[in-house]
Amino acid sequence: MQHTSTQDTLVGLFVASGIVGLFFLALQVSNLSSFVEQDSYTIIASFENSGGLKVKSPVSAAGVKIGQVSAINFDPKTYQSVVKMSIYSQYNTLPDDTTASIFTAGLLGEQYVNLDPGGSDEYFKNNGKIEITQSAIILEKAIGQFLFKSAEEKK
Amino acid sequence: MIELLQYLGKTTRVGFTKLGRGTYFLLQTISGIASVLLRPRLLINQMYSIGVLSFLIIIISGLFVGMVLGLQGYYILSDFGAEETLGVMVAASLVRELGPVVSALLFAGRAGSALTAEIGLMKATEQLSGMEMMAVDPIKRIITPRFLAGLLSMPLLAALFSTVGILGGDMVGIGLLGVDEGAYWSQMQAKLDFQDDIINGVIKSIVFGFVTTWIALFEGYDAIPTSEGVSRATTRTVVNSAFSILGLDFILTALMFGDN
Repeated sequence: MQHTSTQDTLVGLFVASGIVGLFFLALQVSNLSSFVEQDSYTIIASFENSGGLKVKSPVSAAGVKIGQVSAINFDPKTYQSVVKMSIYSQYNTLPDDTTASIFTAGLLGEQYVNLDPGGSDEYFKNNGKIEITQSAIILEKAIGQFLFKSAEEKK
Repeated sequence: MIELLQYLGKTTRVGFTKLGRGTYFLLQTISGIASVLLRPRLLINQMYSIGVLSFLIIIISGLFVGMVLGLQGYYILSDFGAEETLGVMVAASLVRELGPVVSALLFAGRAGSALTAEIGLMKATEQLSGMEMMAVDPIKRIITPRFLAGLLSMPLLAALFSTVGILGGDMVGIGLLGVDEGAYWSQMQAKLDFQDDIINGVIKSIVFGFVTTWIALFEGYDAIPTSEGVSRATTRTVVNSAFSILGLDFILTALMFGDN
């Protein structure tokens, strides 16, 4: 049996390094830093088709992430997809004629909402509604249309 | 035919009796936790022999597993021009699966077998009965501190395994193969979720630690008190632990990562 104080030190070292490991995983490896709820406000956009958009998908403007999708619902009256987005409060100067479109990062990457600010002087308030939207581009549809067109031209 | 049925019935009966004894043993062990917390010295001693002594094998295995993941991942991902996602691949496979599972398997081999042999030998040399003669409860004095130490050590060891593995993947991927460092870490941070990945990995390792330590202690306590009996019990510990870890891992994965 080793001297007890050496043993204590080693056990302490072991526990400390284990906890450091857990912290490393939490802070360095995962998105805990962005997991902390930031102050945000909600804006809503209705799309004809929201494609593969998911809750927590990023919302970006000019390529910078400014928020994330918080809910996606189907509206039984208009048959559209209603996407709620929480935008971080520090970006509270979005004009209320901003347009929203769903893009894909890369050819096969995940989908995200892109906001294009307009020129209005009025800013979005909480639960503001985006009027002009552009749906997700469904790759199969686009390819189908392309093939159809080229077949038509050959006639 | 009758013999076959008889054999089946006997196996079932023996299996259920063992399960019952195991559960009773577990309840007794848990009921001793309060008295162990009053004497933390016992716990520290066991943390040393279970946790600290498993430290090195966990670190070294984690490093090599991470490095291999880095190499293999790079070869496959570079075919698709997606080397930048190497970080996601290494970190997700380590945190979700390999970290908890491999460290639990190593833990069962390194610490579990030692626990069974130690307790089995204590039983064979009648140390446990001796304690009872002196009105010392062997469950509280011997079993519970080891159980608690295993339960506490396992998540720490799994976290260390994942951490060292990710650093190993970093070493091979960035240092050797030239993956972009920023992409390695930023993609990893973007894709791994604290709740879904890290916490679930920790929950897994706690479950594995619980099951492995329980099996190891019970097999030792239940061993036939001869040298052959102890050796068989040790084998059973490793085999049963491995089965339970892999089986439970499947169930936990199905429950945790089902709705992604």
